[in-house]
Amino acid sequence: MSPQHDTSPQHDTSPQHDTSPRQDHARAASAFVANRGRATWHDQSLWFIREKRDRAAASLPEWETLRERASQIKAHTVAKLAHYLEEFEANAQRLGVKVHWAANAEEHNRIVLGILQQHGVRKVVKSKSMLTEECHLNPYLERHGLEVVDTDLGERIVQLRQEPPSHIVLPAIHLKKQDVGDTFHQHLGTKAGADDPQYLTESARGHLREKFMAADAGITGVNFAIAETGGVVVCTNEGNADLGVALPKLHIACMGIEKIIPRAADLGVFVRLLARSATGQPITTYTSHFHGPRPGCEMHVVLVDNGRSQIRSSDEFRRSLACIRCGACMNTCPVYRRSGGHSYGSTVPGPIGSILSPAMDAEKHSTLPFACSLCGSCTDVCPVKIDLHHQLFTWRRELALKKLVPATKRLSMKLLSFVLQRSWLFALGGKLMRRLVPKLPRALLYNRFNAWGRQRELPPMPPQSFRELYVIRKRDAASAREPARAAPPAELPSKPSQGDAA
Amino acid sequence: MKVGLFVPCYIDQLYPDVALATLEVLERRGLQVEFPPGQTCCGQPMANTGCTEAARPLAEHFLRHFAPYDYVVCPSGSCVSMVRHHYDEYFPGDTAFASLKARTFELCEFLTDVLKVDTWTGRFPYKVGLHQSCHGLRELHLGKPSELMNEAPNKVRQLLAGLEGLELVSLARPDECCGFGGTFAVAEEAVSCMMGQDRIADHNQAGTAVLTAADMSCLMHLEGILRRQGQTIAVMHVAQILAGRPVPQIVAGASALVQLRRAS
Repeated sequence: MSPQHDTSPQHDTSPQHDTSPRQDHARAASAFVANRGRATWHDQSLWFIREKRDRAAASLPEWETLRERASQIKAHTVAKLAHYLEEFEANAQRLGVKVHWAANAEEHNRIVLGILQQHGVRKVVKSKSMLTEECHLNPYLERHGLEVVDTDLGERIVQLRQEPPSHIVLPAIHLKKQDVGDTFHQHLGTKAGADDPQYLTESARGHLREKFMAADAGITGVNFAIAETGGVVVCTNEGNADLGVALPKLHIACMGIEKIIPRAADLGVFVRLLARSATGQPITTYTSHFHGPRPGCEMHVVLVDNGRSQIRSSDEFRRSLACIRCGACMNTCPVYRRSGGHSYGSTVPGPIGSILSPAMDAEKHSTLPFACSLCGSCTDVCPVKIDLHHQLFTWRRELALKKLVPATKRLSMKLLSFVLQRSWLFALGGKLMRRLVPKLPRALLYNRFNAWGRQRELPPMPPQSFRELYVIRKRDAASAREPARAAPPAELPSKPSQGDAA
Repeated sequence: MKVGLFVPCYIDQLYPDVALATLEVLERRGLQVEFPPGQTCCGQPMANTGCTEAARPLAEHFLRHFAPYDYVVCPSGSCVSMVRHHYDEYFPGDTAFASLKARTFELCEFLTDVLKVDTWTGRFPYKVGLHQSCHGLRELHLGKPSELMNEAPNKVRQLLAGLEGLELVSLARPDECCGFGGTFAVAEEAVSCMMGQDRIADHNQAGTAVLTAADMSCLMHLEGILRRQGQTIAVMHVAQILAGRPVPQIVAGASALVQLRRAS
């Protein structure tokens, strides 16, 4: 349990996305896009879910009202976070729940391991929890000799492949059924080449059933923790959280401190938004309420900060704590859909991950706020109205201030600004470009240094700029007004022949 | 009413006819329009890259050159959004800026909201694919984004719908980003181009003959891909369609350098 475990050489066995000092989204995305068939399939799979979400949202006339309500509840809760957390703790303790507080990932892992060791646990079943993923709990427990089995089907698939989830709701969305078939053949002994989803799902079910039966403890995440009642709510589509905690005598629920909501009455707002936003379902198949341990059993809740208080103290990024982890921003994000979740190199990928991850480690995740065309679709799809794309924009400023934007980029922007502050210099530069570019041989224009030109033509270079045409037009109009001029107005070149209109 | 014509830097240098068409559209409504020659750029390239301080002098530059006008009109939702959403930090509590901001409009919203134009008259007998540029759609609310479940009129569509013979095609994804995104187009070249290619595939299946948008930057990116692929879809800014420009002749397979469409 001593801290040096975290720095032991075995640390390298944690998911690969945690070992590189600095993530380069563009490079990883480029590799994903290189397999065009797969990238297109990934895009279409997620767009299918986005459209399902649209239909589900449209089915509620009060959709926008619900979003506004959810946003207000979250803003209020985050403002009085300490109050509601303490209320939750008191009420949970009254129900017989043991409540723990963890300042960071290490402390969270130590607490969980401590509880497990106290009970002599060897085998753990775990339902989906992005928090434990964020804390790298699995490799930590495994290093201490425990067997940890993820019981969400998608999570189990990526766990067998020793990959991190690529999406927070659909952890194996980057894999095709053939990939799953191969993985199961290798690890679960299914028939070689079998990729029938029914067959594979049944195999996984059989395999997981054994794990459930043998488990000494169940770990779950938390979707909502209710301050007023002291209970926690876990939403799954597979019922794996329920199975995982119904059999063993020990249940540990791990949650980020932002999962708190004030009252049981607020739950309806979020439950209605969550599944519709996530997968287009009216509600998750299982929405399980845990209000205290079963008789003769133990229930623990671990409240984890791990950087959240710091985000809360920031006026710019506080609203990102409202996130209910529905994944809608990922499904709608045109960049996420085409670059895959692993390209983000962070536990939470996509738009919300690109806000949360730099808050944890700005240097490591400095390219993420730039992995965005600022289209704003995430902001409009977000069920709790987080202004995602504005926060991404703000992150770029923060990163530039921290000098985490490449110096070449910062210098070129300074130079561009210098030119643009002087209209004569801008006009001159433009003119030179328009004169020069058409004269250059193609090989000089289109080479590996021109990222624009790899798959795109450069814009046409018109002989005159608008400001030049404007002067001519004005002069012609003035002379037309002079009576001495003979030319009839109808023939005046009010539309100087050039460029685009051909 | 004195209108200041706010021409995005790249339109000034690369697409002068778009600015000219905007000028003509406004003049057709009987407005007195001026192009303040001191203007250059709104500063969006710098701000979007995080170089906020490099954008500040350009915001001040904008205020200096456009303050004297009753209205400022620009054929780009993105540049107007820059002024409307990102200039506040440069001018906290400045009433002159607040007033200018309230008077700055994208062309289509100026026509529909300020001039109260219901329909635009003219003839344009083509199958038109409307690319709904993100900043115009989601930051200026020129229409209702598919994510939102409220009602809002589509200002660009409304203007185009008035043209005789014009048929707006139905896209499978009516408002997905084209992938331009300023420096994103270069920094994330692979994803940016895939996004653009997917947009074009959607227009192809919908039968677009003329691809249009209220933002030339999206069209610059899409046109760059179209020409590289040798496709014959024509590209026109909304202002050019409203101004009655003919559809440009496209030589399939020709590079932009070959089909320079010289003046003479």
